[in-house]
Amino acid sequence: MDFLNALVAFLNFVFVPGLAYGAQLALGALGVTLIYGILRFSNFAHGDTMAFGTMVTIFVTWFFQSIGLTAGFLPTALLALPFGILATAVMVLATDKVIYQFYRRQKATPTILVIVSMGVMFVMNGLVRLFIGVDDQNFADGGRFLISAGEFKAATGLAEGLSIKGSQAVTVATAALTVALLFWFLQKTRTGKSMRAFADNEDLALLSGINPDRVVQVTWIIAATLATIAGVLYGLDKSFRPFTYFQLLLPIFAAAIVGGLGSPLGAIAGGFIIAFSEVMLTYAWKKVATYVLPDSMAPDSLLQLMGTDYKFAVSFAILILVLLFLPTGLFKGKSY
Amino acid sequence: MADPFLIGDAMTGGYGAADILHSCTIAVEKGEIAVIVGPNGAGKSTAMKAVFGMLKLREGRVMLDGEDITKLTPQARVAKGMGFVPQTHNIFPSMTVEENLEMGAFIRRDDFQDTMTQIYDLFPILKDKRNQAAGELSGGQRQQVAVGRALMTRPKVLMLDEPTAGVSPIVMDELFDRIIEIARTGISILMVEQNARQALEIADKGYVLVQGANRFTDTGKALMADPEVRRSFLGG
Repeated sequence: MDFLNALVAFLNFVFVPGLAYGAQLALGALGVTLIYGILRFSNFAHGDTMAFGTMVTIFVTWFFQSIGLTAGFLPTALLALPFGILATAVMVLATDKVIYQFYRRQKATPTILVIVSMGVMFVMNGLVRLFIGVDDQNFADGGRFLISAGEFKAATGLAEGLSIKGSQAVTVATAALTVALLFWFLQKTRTGKSMRAFADNEDLALLSGINPDRVVQVTWIIAATLATIAGVLYGLDKSFRPFTYFQLLLPIFAAAIVGGLGSPLGAIAGGFIIAFSEVMLTYAWKKVATYVLPDSMAPDSLLQLMGTDYKFAVSFAILILVLLFLPTGLFKGKSY
Repeated sequence: MADPFLIGDAMTGGYGAADILHSCTIAVEKGEIAVIVGPNGAGKSTAMKAVFGMLKLREGRVMLDGEDITKLTPQARVAKGMGFVPQTHNIFPSMTVEENLEMGAFIRRDDFQDTMTQIYDLFPILKDKRNQAAGELSGGQRQQVAVGRALMTRPKVLMLDEPTAGVSPIVMDELFDRIIEIARTGISILMVEQNARQALEIADKGYVLVQGANRFTDTGKALMADPEVRRSFLGG
């Protein structure tokens, strides 16, 4: 019985939150890794692209809520999501046209493009703060819980409760669907294959008659879509605050690099590795330990390795370890 | 005699300020094999790239089937019926063999299954490995993928930049056999080769380049028989 309670506590405080957070990071890292593989630079503006897409989605959500249009159990933000994606796609395509295209024509090195993307990051960051402000915005509605702790305790008779928030269920389901669609697109469609070919060998792709402008455009649209979905899911699960999205850049890049930059599968694996490391290292294991260990060995301390304030240190430490010992990541990424 | 099917006529040009090619002429007739040989740094690959439009010509012109294509980009030349197999980086390593061939046919909007079947007949090993990533294959098999990819557009001329570089002698012989087979289907072949002797044996026409200019031009057999060519370029 004690063991069961330990398992439920683990699921409730570590596994479910980690799974949702991992799915959000994975979607973010997928966008970063696609840009890296195809456009060949690290896009520092990705976190703020997420913020931009989420902001538009929030505005549309508020509008829908004001006219009484909701999605029942599901959050209204899911209805607003397509509009956020559309606006973000237009935004990044315009950015590409005005800024990145110029540097591509110059055959600028990846290092220069990284700096350029930092400029874009600051502009987008400013835009978002200008429109929605710097404060926390809560836009989640719909069913609060898929399973609530109280119901779970009543149904099982266990001392520990398991709660699954509606936003967590929506996150995992949406992420799974998005990833499935993305992989189908990359593996099976002509355009998707041409993107992989372009990532593999740009010169030969050009020789084969693949239109580079089209590949670039499609890549940006997919990156904008992934960024908006990731941002909205994160905002639903936690809350939306522009600065938090800027900070997400670190775990997202850590995820993409752990998996191997340029590898979509790696981005997904990396997202979950980073998320679970963060959650497990900042979780106070006292409760779980008390259930598992005999009474005489019950811990006095919290058994928390580090405070949640230090969670970014986890991504950073993993990033450094990977760069030192496995620079191409788990799935053999590329480096330009 | 009528103009050759493909001719780079009196080409002069280079990558930067200095010219690498000096009034160099390379031509190939329909269904024949033309080979460019010469010492290292003679401009063999450069001459081939010039014919394919990867090099800006200061003088001279390139004619394909009576049409002046000097101003066309390499991509446009592919659409006109030229296929090019670069010396290195000539496959998509993370994609399967079949996907490599599909990408070769990217500009084709019609059904290319027939062409793919023909390529699998020509290189049976590719059919066995068609779902394997091309980057995992051996050197010789990768070259077959590279040639197969270029053939997917059904080109009229196939240009090969050192197709046998880095493969074993046995694989080299087999690749040459395949190249002869391709030429028999009416496709003109223009290739640069390090292995001058073997290449000239199968060549209808041979070009010996030295310092970016034509030194000897004759049939493959005649060049092999020429004592001066033998002494200077074929090692006696």
